[in-house]
Amino acid sequence: MNMSQTVMVLLRRELMLAMRRRGDVLTVLFFFVIVASLFPLGVGPDPKLLRLMGGGVVWVSALLAAMLSLGRLFASDYADGTLEQLILTPTPPVVWITGKILAHWLVSGVPLILVAPVLGVQFGLSNEALGVLVFSLLLGTPVLSLIGAIGAALTLGLRGGGVLVSLLVLPLYIPVLIFGAGAVDGAMSGLGSEAHLSLLGGILILAFMLTPWAVSAALRISIE
Amino acid sequence: MINRFNKYRYASPATFYRLAGRLIPWFYGAAALFCVAGLYIGLFLAPTDFQQSEAYRIIFIHVPAAWMSMFIYVVMACWAALGLAFNTRMSFMMASALAPTGAMLTFVSLWTGALWGKPTWGAWWVWDARLTSELILFFLYLGFMALQSAIDDPRRADRAGALIALVGVVNVPIIYFSVRWWNTLHQGASVSMTKAPSMASIMLVGMLVMALAAWMYTIAAALSRARCIILERERNAQWVAQMLEAEA
Repeated sequence: MNMSQTVMVLLRRELMLAMRRRGDVLTVLFFFVIVASLFPLGVGPDPKLLRLMGGGVVWVSALLAAMLSLGRLFASDYADGTLEQLILTPTPPVVWITGKILAHWLVSGVPLILVAPVLGVQFGLSNEALGVLVFSLLLGTPVLSLIGAIGAALTLGLRGGGVLVSLLVLPLYIPVLIFGAGAVDGAMSGLGSEAHLSLLGGILILAFMLTPWAVSAALRISIE
Repeated sequence: MINRFNKYRYASPATFYRLAGRLIPWFYGAAALFCVAGLYIGLFLAPTDFQQSEAYRIIFIHVPAAWMSMFIYVVMACWAALGLAFNTRMSFMMASALAPTGAMLTFVSLWTGALWGKPTWGAWWVWDARLTSELILFFLYLGFMALQSAIDDPRRADRAGALIALVGVVNVPIIYFSVRWWNTLHQGASVSMTKAPSMASIMLVGMLVMALAAWMYTIAAALSRARCIILERERNAQWVAQMLEAEA
């Protein structure tokens, strides 16, 4: 099997598993919606304030939801031994790790992007800002999956792994949050969002090139 | 005799343990000396600042702590990289020995910064780029230590910690610049960190002497902690038993 076939097989397997366990996907999605809905209840229903906060709130909620879904990335494969089998295959780990991260993003990142405009409307974002919000999430959520995979791999099988992942991963998410929320802000205030989106794209390329190697090293450390 | 000139000698915990034991009192002594000298210069010789009056004197603690907190993270990542590249146990132990001191100095610089900010800016905390990135650095230290303490197998703890330290050090510049741009966009309170353009040279001398004190203290503390880690890990080794017998 060549590498692209391997990735395709892996993708199909992951998507099928996700379809069989739809509850996991929906839980993350509803978590995202609930967290975003809590903010107006906390700070009050003033439309002006909510419009200012909207982009940032949706982005913070996306960050938390992405982090919550990280546990699924390697844990079940680790528990049933699939991960060790994958490491033993002749395919370079970087290839199938990229495939797994891609599948994770399709299952946990894409639904967030699809729901985000609805939340944006609730916060009174303008049409242009809604477009920018979706586009920034499209560029940013893959980075969340990529960086998060390092944390997920390092904490495999540890006590309290979930809380630990948040401590490891959230500080590394900060640039994505700043540029993602900044792009929406720029669209709302008329300053323009190209700079933020370009930086977000740059981070995506950098993360796509580097993180699979780090994840592969982390998995080796955790499994040996 | 050949062993004497082997530069990898101190990669062995047994020899390192003895060397560190001999060096620690000197570094602690130097730290105390520089600290007394630096505080004397800072608190008695340095003149009162015409803008900030006496409140500025906290920089003699604050600035060295902030410098050290950033530098230690880089040193920690270097030890981590050395450990991963050459698989030397001592490098990993040095990385984990440095982390608590780094976190402590980060906390000191945040705390003293708040104490300085209240009289000068009128606020304990502002979301200034430097404050925010220092806070994130604190989180990075905590993450490193939390990961290491969650793993029971020392070999895995070493390597996992080393990897997260390296990932952190790659991210530090990205985080720093993103926070800086975020801050210039969200310019809320117009607070300027720039002090009087030229600093009296005696103030600079005081700060540098205090920075030296922070260096010496860091080395001494890291070596002492490394010695504890060695004893903990090698408690079943023969040389530890022999040493304890000789001491008893």
